[in-house]
Amino acid sequence: MKNYTTLSSIQADLKAGTITCHDLVRDYIYKIETNKHLNAFLEVYTDEALHLAKELDKKLQAGTAGKLAGMVIAMKDVICHKDHRVSASSKLIENFTSLYSATVVERLLAEDAIIIGRTNCDEFAMGSSNENSAFGPVLNPHDNSKVPGGSSGGSTAAVAAGLCLAALGTDTGGSIRQPSSFCGVVGFKPTYGRVSRYGLLAYASSFDQIGPITHSIADAALILEVIAGKDNYDSTASSKEVPSYSTKLNYSGKAKIGYISECINNPHLDSEIATHLKNLIKKLQDEGHTVEAVSFPFLEYMVPTYYVLTTAEASSNLSRYGGVIYGRRSSNATDINSIYVKSRTEGFGEEVKRRIMLGTFVLSAGYYDAYYSKAQKVRRILQDKTLEILKSYDFILLPTTPKTAFAIDSVHDPVTMYLEDIFTVQANLTGLPAISIPMGKHTNGLPFGIQLIGNKFEEANLLAFSNYLYPTK
Amino acid sequence: MKIDKDTVDKLSTLAKLEFENEAKDGIVNDLSRIITFIEKLNELDTEGVEPLIYMSDEVNVMRDDEVRVEITQDQALKNAPEKDSDYFRVHKVIDN
Repeated sequence: MKNYTTLSSIQADLKAGTITCHDLVRDYIYKIETNKHLNAFLEVYTDEALHLAKELDKKLQAGTAGKLAGMVIAMKDVICHKDHRVSASSKLIENFTSLYSATVVERLLAEDAIIIGRTNCDEFAMGSSNENSAFGPVLNPHDNSKVPGGSSGGSTAAVAAGLCLAALGTDTGGSIRQPSSFCGVVGFKPTYGRVSRYGLLAYASSFDQIGPITHSIADAALILEVIAGKDNYDSTASSKEVPSYSTKLNYSGKAKIGYISECINNPHLDSEIATHLKNLIKKLQDEGHTVEAVSFPFLEYMVPTYYVLTTAEASSNLSRYGGVIYGRRSSNATDINSIYVKSRTEGFGEEVKRRIMLGTFVLSAGYYDAYYSKAQKVRRILQDKTLEILKSYDFILLPTTPKTAFAIDSVHDPVTMYLEDIFTVQANLTGLPAISIPMGKHTNGLPFGIQLIGNKFEEANLLAFSNYLYPTK
Repeated sequence: MKIDKDTVDKLSTLAKLEFENEAKDGIVNDLSRIITFIEKLNELDTEGVEPLIYMSDEVNVMRDDEVRVEITQDQALKNAPEKDSDYFRVHKVIDN
């Protein structure tokens, strides 16, 4: 079977009768089986997906299928799906079965998407390499000695390797965009509040957003318009109307783009990625767009602010995991307190514990003002300054990652790993929508992306311009 | 800031975690290193800046207060590591 990269080509073949949904799902399952070494999936819903595909073929015949018919999609293992396991790639809740579905899952199923399985990720979405999974690292499909990025590395590897057409990931500081860059796929983080977080295992609630990982901008737009919108189960989900992004992908007119000179001239940025970006700037200028350097002298403050605030929120969010009402209970527990202490100590991985401890520190008496309040104030400055740029420009252009994918087991210092997110955290700190678009391949053979940040709730504009840069074939 | 073992002990009590031997040395070093890294923020003048707390533009999202059964008792107990027919089971909390 063909390696499909858009839903429209699948739907054309379904309509022409050259394939059935059942064929399609069987083919994806075969590809998952033959790519098991990537460790992208934690669980594949083989029987269920094949059954749903058969039912969907009947619906297609009857003309009653939803608009995502033919979309075979994977869920990052932090998104609840009724009667299916969700483990956040953690030993602590390895066997937890969800009692309900996330709003995004409900909405995808209502439009007849087929969920093929749940994908590996960094434990509780904390990491930039997927090496923090309790169930082993994911390999980059382009080079198996490299990481796929994280934390949605299983999702991006699965899409890149053609094991599903699309996947949902979550992005707290770059967890959709960074692995999308490393795996050569499209990764989109919507505006904070655009997509309901109901049914998402929370990491940092004022940062987390769910978003699509796809081959094409058209599919990203289509998935977003299905999953976005008001939700009675998430009061932070925006009540703003959801435009039909997928029908607004023609960008006409001239864009005004600001690129952050401190990013493009950053000493840590790979020189080839920098050259690609500079060539892109030149090309856009030649095509009549305004592309200008803007200064944003706060680059070094972004990752520290991000780690103070996200670890604080994580220490609070993860206090619910205690081995009492769900999760694995330690067999070494001897009293009520040691149920919590032993279950958490044995169940959480090293990085999760590190972040809980840091979050506990910044929230603790005596340090709260100096660290937590301070970071909230810096967050305000970062948001104000970023919005100021977006008053004069439609988009901010910047790299997604400083380099291409690094080798598995090569980064051991936590601060060095945290700096992987240097270009991606800005969108989460400010709540803005951002996308990583594949830029092609480095001479080292690995893909990399470039990033655009748009204005609040202006996903339509951002997707249309992305489609101009990276036209859906 | 240098974090010492006493601070790690206090924090781990609050976080309901345990660090022993090598793990304790590791977390002492990691926290010291990370906290020094985040102290970069002290370079910025934030005098008079309001902390940014809420990221959502939605205000006072209300709904009717209706009684609904979201999950049943059976469902609630489904994922429990130890339970009986009605309750989650834990070690004895109150001594005789």
